[in-house]
Amino acid sequence: MFRKLHEPGPGALTITIDGVSVSAEPGESIAAVLLRQAEPWSRLTPVTQSKRAPYCMMGVCFDCLAEVDGVASVQTCLKPVCDGMRVVRQTGKRRIGALIA
Amino acid sequence: MQKKSSLTADIVVIGAGTVGAAIAYGLAGRNVHVLVLDGGDDDFRAANANFGLVWVQGKGMDMPAYQQLTRDSVDLWPDFSAELTDTTAIDLQYERNGGLSICLGEAEFEQQRAMLLRLHNQLGSAEPDWEMLDRGALTKLLPKALPGPDVTGASFGRRDGHANPLRLLAALHAGILRKGGQFRGGSIVHSVQTDGRGGFTIDFGTGRASAARVVIAAGLGSKALAAQVGLDIPIRPQRGQILVTERLEPFLPLPMSGLRQTREGTVMIGATHEEAGFDTSTTSGAAAALSATAIRCIPALSEATLVRQWAALRILTPDGYPIYAQSQSHPGAFATMCHSGVTLAAAHAALLADAIAAGRLPPSLDVFHQRRFDVPKAA
Repeated sequence: MFRKLHEPGPGALTITIDGVSVSAEPGESIAAVLLRQAEPWSRLTPVTQSKRAPYCMMGVCFDCLAEVDGVASVQTCLKPVCDGMRVVRQTGKRRIGALIA
Repeated sequence: MQKKSSLTADIVVIGAGTVGAAIAYGLAGRNVHVLVLDGGDDDFRAANANFGLVWVQGKGMDMPAYQQLTRDSVDLWPDFSAELTDTTAIDLQYERNGGLSICLGEAEFEQQRAMLLRLHNQLGSAEPDWEMLDRGALTKLLPKALPGPDVTGASFGRRDGHANPLRLLAALHAGILRKGGQFRGGSIVHSVQTDGRGGFTIDFGTGRASAARVVIAAGLGSKALAAQVGLDIPIRPQRGQILVTERLEPFLPLPMSGLRQTREGTVMIGATHEEAGFDTSTTSGAAAALSATAIRCIPALSEATLVRQWAALRILTPDGYPIYAQSQSHPGAFATMCHSGVTLAAAHAALLADAIAAGRLPPSLDVFHQRRFDVPKAA
């Protein structure tokens, strides 16, 4: 598991991952925060439902997709954290038009 | 310097896109020794960018023979697909549960009805294989995808369906080999010449092939090659752009013209028709326009994330219909091209392969000779 080499310090901010508050440092990506969690995965694949975690960290592999502030399939390695951000792990295929179904 | 390889075959097929590969697959299954010469990775490859409809409705205005050929091919598709899967163990993800053309506004609904009625009358068939669905009937067909407020209804084509075009192409390539054909990639053909003994010598840079017959199915590269065997092929590129969403829970039970959900869950949104020359760039304007239309049809799509956009070039003749021709000056040389390679694949692998194996195109295909473009237009 990954851990930070230093404490975020006074500038630390808070985001939630699946509703759980976690500490983050300004300027780091959501993916970096995900990798520090006890469960570092970001999503289950749409077809085989297997776990994926941030991998390339540079916008290429698309393994780090998660829902961020209601927007699904965000590449979390490319998105810096903001205070109060809500991150939700994705499980399988996304459903759209939920009100109909 | 490396010695050029020298190959022989009964028939050489130049081009292993969906058209060339389907013909070659059919030939290989008819005990013809077929050699397929495929071009380079950087060639324009419409087959790698196809939308994947196996489609009848709306096609063939003023060309009843094309309507008929399309129907024949679509009716051959279930067996064609099953046999290809038996041969290669590749599932084409073919579904034939009907297809929809969504109508936005009253005028479009009436235009669609009039267009399909006109096509129906031109073909003169007894039983229509389509119907117009009003908004209520359409909504019942789409329980998980509420149509937008502008949607007035749709036409429903009973024969229509869709397949994965990349799996089709891979299966055809595998099937050619499985049935004893030869396949050479990275073999860009430069010249096709008569060998003085009634056959042909085909030069592809790193090698040379001799064959009794040659089939030119090289897409946009066909024009230059066909000219060498006395066939003037008037084709041009037409750009089509396609968008693809992330994988979503299945919510579209039927393919639509311009919108289909694949077996893996992605939604393909297409396609533009642009006269842009040999330019395969994608544009943000096309992405915006395609997205806007898709959302007007199914508003819930606004929640989906786009993951990819691509462009490719259709191979278009002046009237948009295929060219199937044998050269008069170079008998044994055939040119075949169209922009509906997926829909027509079953016909290409069967009746076109039969004709080329026999050395003669049947009278039913006469109307597809490119000489139709030589006739001076009446005022």
